Amino acid sequence: MTSGATTPRTTSGSGLPAEAGFVVAALAVLVVAAAASLFVGVSAVSPRGLIEGDDHQWRVFWESRIPRLAAILLAGSAMSVAGLIMQSLVRNRFVAPSTAGTVEAASLGLLIATVWFGSTSVIGKMVIAVAFALLGTAFFLSLVQRLRFADIVLVPLAGIVFGGVIQAATTFFAFQWDLLQSLNAWTQGDFSGTLRGRYELLYVVGALMLVGYLYADRFTLVGMGREFAMNLGVRYERVLYGGLALAATITAVVVVVVGAIPFIGLIVPNLVTMALGDHLRRVLPATAIGGALFVLLCDILSRTIRYPYEVPVGTVVSVLGGVIFVVLILRSRVGAR
Amino acid sequence: MIEVSGVTKRYGDATVLDNVSLTLHRGGVTALVGANGAGKSTLLSIIGRLLTPEAGRVSVDGLDVATTPSTELARRLSILRQENTVAVRLTVRELVEFGRFPHSGGRLTANDRDHVERAIDYLQLRPFEHRPVDQLSGGQRQRVFIAMVLCQDTDYVLLDEPLNNLDMRHAVQTMHLVRRLATDLGKTLVVVLHDINFAAHHADRIVAMKDGRILADGTPSEIVTPAQIQAIFDLEVDVHHLDAGPFAAYFARRD
Repeated sequence: MTSGATTPRTTSGSGLPAEAGFVVAALAVLVVAAAASLFVGVSAVSPRGLIEGDDHQWRVFWESRIPRLAAILLAGSAMSVAGLIMQSLVRNRFVAPSTAGTVEAASLGLLIATVWFGSTSVIGKMVIAVAFALLGTAFFLSLVQRLRFADIVLVPLAGIVFGGVIQAATTFFAFQWDLLQSLNAWTQGDFSGTLRGRYELLYVVGALMLVGYLYADRFTLVGMGREFAMNLGVRYERVLYGGLALAATITAVVVVVVGAIPFIGLIVPNLVTMALGDHLRRVLPATAIGGALFVLLCDILSRTIRYPYEVPVGTVVSVLGGVIFVVLILRSRVGAR
Repeated sequence: MIEVSGVTKRYGDATVLDNVSLTLHRGGVTALVGANGAGKSTLLSIIGRLLTPEAGRVSVDGLDVATTPSTELARRLSILRQENTVAVRLTVRELVEFGRFPHSGGRLTANDRDHVERAIDYLQLRPFEHRPVDQLSGGQRQRVFIAMVLCQDTDYVLLDEPLNNLDMRHAVQTMHLVRRLATDLGKTLVVVLHDINFAAHHADRIVAMKDGRILADGTPSEIVTPAQIQAIFDLEVDVHHLDAGPFAAYFARRD
């Protein structure tokens, strides 16, 4: 694992730690953007209309805008937290749900569940997608542990290849079963279909994030290495596998409900830890808020860029995220030499 | 008291530890010496429950390290391994604070904070307590890890080659520190050392290992003799008697 470029920490000797300032600032921007997002869309909803008690506007507000905002905040923060936990546990900054085969495995599970159960049972789909995500992540981990790559960039590369193989199989079956269109929806994260009654499962990932926060110190210690963690009484294997299972479960639930949001689990944790360090308990709230903010801004962009049409948020995230990812890789390579 | 009884460890066909028994009483500095591959680090890791032996048992104050909950053990015994390369971006203070993890699980109490402050002062880390550990020199980093172990506040401290990669000055300072931990704070230290002279001048007791067995066990003046060193290291050396203790001139030219 490289330490990226040398990072000056801004923690001052006294007063509030740097992460507190970061959280407050990001939270302020998030609140403003969230409020604004409630009034962006094809159907006209305005604060004035709501005050005047316009029935139609209120219905759109409750049935679509609020659920959409909640889904964005939950999915964005949870995917970032999942990425943060994974990169710490695997001790590689480029490992995230989208570079470890986790997302692709979840999509394959979702496809198989759809064939078996039809499209009605959301719980059934979630359980199978989670199971596949766990299996995929476990396979990736054993791959990494067995091959012991000399270059850290090879680890996510192997994960991407592994994910590609799963994705190819998924596409093949989707073609056979005439489900290519559904598959497309799962692999391109999209909030335009988020309505009341169809996103509430995402509160599960909110709860999982809290679990992640409770175990954050143990994740940090496991990231310091097996012997280091064991010296401090941490049950290394249990925390390692448990943490990865947590990240895989978050990923699968997000894929089932809104579809995959690429790069988010990779970029947000990297940007946040670059600024604030790797003490997970301290950076996890900032990562969650940063992820929510990033996805929210991308979603607002996806709603306005071709107004009145929508670009899938996954596309916007990919374009922005891809650029940031390349910059991160270049920076880390320069820093490592 | 640490009691090692009948410990055997194998890697495939190679027997790294062969039925080793050893009793270490409370207090003082014990040096584990021996050639590369003699089994010193393996023995230390087994005592510190980082490795599981094929046979035998280890107990610390009567607690079997294989069955005692890891957190409970972490309040009695700490072990620092040799490669402490830090890829994780933590500040000096954050790392030292983690020493309190076995006691408070990450939520520091006032008592925990006292320990942290004292450790930082004791190791003179105050000037760079907010610097990232990965930007420190090897000597500074070693002090940070020792501060963390100090914070862990265990009766037993196991150090695996703490002098690795340290220059003369930092090596001597580290050994002084090890000595002070035993003398001032009453801790029991077990230290794997490569340099027999550091062992001779800073340890109360030397345990010498060879081929997975304990070959000799005694005070520095008993162990640091030409005959014993010949037996332990297969090396012919002259031993000089200085005021501070025996000195093995192993690096001398022998034409």
